Amino acid sequence: MGWETWIITTLSRSLAYGTPLLLGTLGEIYAERSGVLNLGVEGMMIMGAYSAFTTAYITGNPWLGILVAAVVGGFFSLIHAFTSVTLKANQVVSGLSLTMLGLGLSGVLGRGWEGKLLPVAIPKITISGLSKIPFLGPILFEGQNLIVYLAILLVPLLWFILYRTRIGITIRSVGESPATADSLGINVDRVRYICVFIGGVLAGVAGGYLSVAYRPAWTEGMTAGTGWIVIALTIFSFWNPANGMLGAYLFAALYHLSYRLQPWVSPELLKAMPYAFAILVLIFVSRGTLQKRMGAPAALSLPYTRGEE
Amino acid sequence: MKRRLGFKVEKRPIVSGSMVFLVSLFAIFAALVVAGIFFRIYGVSPIHAYQLILKGSLGNKFGLAETVRRAIPLLLCGVGLTIAFRALFWNIGAEGQLLMGAVAAAGVALFSGLPGPLLLPAMFIGGFLGGAAWGLIPAILKVMLGLNDVITTLMMNYIAIYFVEWLIHGPWKGPTARGFAYTDTFPRAAWLPTLYGTRIHWPTLVLGLVLAVVMYILVNRTRSGFEIRVIGENPDAARFAGISRFKTTLLVMLISGGFAGLAGVGEVAGIHLRLLGPTHISMGYGYTAIIVAWLARRNPLAVIVTSLLFGVIMAGGDVIKVSLGLPFQLINVFNGLILFFLIGSEIFLRYKISFFLRR
Repeated sequence: MGWETWIITTLSRSLAYGTPLLLGTLGEIYAERSGVLNLGVEGMMIMGAYSAFTTAYITGNPWLGILVAAVVGGFFSLIHAFTSVTLKANQVVSGLSLTMLGLGLSGVLGRGWEGKLLPVAIPKITISGLSKIPFLGPILFEGQNLIVYLAILLVPLLWFILYRTRIGITIRSVGESPATADSLGINVDRVRYICVFIGGVLAGVAGGYLSVAYRPAWTEGMTAGTGWIVIALTIFSFWNPANGMLGAYLFAALYHLSYRLQPWVSPELLKAMPYAFAILVLIFVSRGTLQKRMGAPAALSLPYTRGEE
Repeated sequence: MKRRLGFKVEKRPIVSGSMVFLVSLFAIFAALVVAGIFFRIYGVSPIHAYQLILKGSLGNKFGLAETVRRAIPLLLCGVGLTIAFRALFWNIGAEGQLLMGAVAAAGVALFSGLPGPLLLPAMFIGGFLGGAAWGLIPAILKVMLGLNDVITTLMMNYIAIYFVEWLIHGPWKGPTARGFAYTDTFPRAAWLPTLYGTRIHWPTLVLGLVLAVVMYILVNRTRSGFEIRVIGENPDAARFAGISRFKTTLLVMLISGGFAGLAGVGEVAGIHLRLLGPTHISMGYGYTAIIVAWLARRNPLAVIVTSLLFGVIMAGGDVIKVSLGLPFQLINVFNGLILFFLIGSEIFLRYKISFFLRR
């Protein structure tokens, strides 16, 4: 294999694996921007993966699967929103229990589906004209699927909303100073519910992508920590969708490259690499944030009650 | 005219111990009710299922022994976690720390060549250090670089899992294991004694109970314990008081990681007698211990009770698998539900809630 094909394959695969990371990260950025830390991403993702797979398997329509995954992810996120926003519970523990619940529930419900393959997956498309562009063509326009493009389109959209619209200002102010936002007549709880819900929908879709597009099959615990890597990428992104895209694809590229070491490194150690990368990536960005959690929403993971503090 | 039920939330100044107990009991009960729906889905009467679980985990000598042997790792991990959580260090990595303790113990047992009577003490020391080392890495990354403790401890779990997999498939694979992925059986001197006819490796149990008491004294009666509590409850005050965040964080993770490591020693030296697949060494003890510690309201002594409760639940998982043919994973659903109701119900402790009708 020549160098060029080698690079093209690597980048093309990074785009494919980076998509669920990107979707999850975009969602978590919105939730955390509104001040709610949701550590339940892994749980919402696996429930999305399970529900997308079973829906697609039964109906034969993978897109319906993605839709159901979005609804299920959104529903699960509302549990976290209820405990952390309405009941003002500890967000770390609430998110953890969401992950435990999702992993457990998908394990129970998915028992009869274990190891099944999906006959009709989300189709890979090749845009005939554009795929002829040298270098970029085969990476971007050959053998990817529609969700990959939708995820990319979401980046400028979500960036624009967050930084250039009134809605974005509202979200960020709720995450920075809920008391100030409240005094300006903003419904803090409602904004937080909506943002957590967006996070849940995107995590659900990310999970669905894994089970009906990326690797169209169901195995218990198939998300294998992807949701946790999303949390790491959210920090890496400094809560900015554009950086989130960079982080997701960079991480996916590292992940893919590590498999090129197969002839020299044992498969068990290769499997550990993504998790080591996640730590290394955070060490790398931490140099600028030594003193303070620069970029983190000031009210992140703090419940808000009117008239307190 | 439509009327809706509204509610008002006021801060509750003092919380009594009995209130905490009642609310915790309510949380467990609520989780039982919701989990009952699952038994219904599988066509089993929830009452019947719970009766079976209770009978199977407490009603006879065998069940009771299984409950206690499950409670041992939960006790050790749980006591350690109360200390970490007191300092608001989110150690989600007890699972990995337990595994590294098991690895260290297995290394000592198989390769140290120490004479018989020294072997088990050396394994416990090695296991403590193995778990502590795994816990100290995220601690150092947090205090020196500000890395998020939840993420790093969790990632370290995955790394530990694959490290164990690598050892048992590769360099440590036992020549006598006949193709299976585990190490050779430990020499006799590395086996922990068990209570007659059970799998209760009592030295680990005694160790856990002693450490629970020692940690209770540490937290409530010593200067270090005071510093741990101040760091957790009021970081600003801690800074003004000149309490070292560096030293305290390292101390709590030395304890938390080390204790989880001890739990790992107990599992390999008391139950399996070899190093084997990570999901066999620990059935998620490190994660369940998070609930154990939280239900104990971060009180090391209360962990003795809560670890037993989760011992019942885990032993109950075997019962529903064997007697009812239901998936063992129902236990994880149940655990998730308990944790949810637990933190959800904490609002009743911190706040007084009154309901009223509004238009």
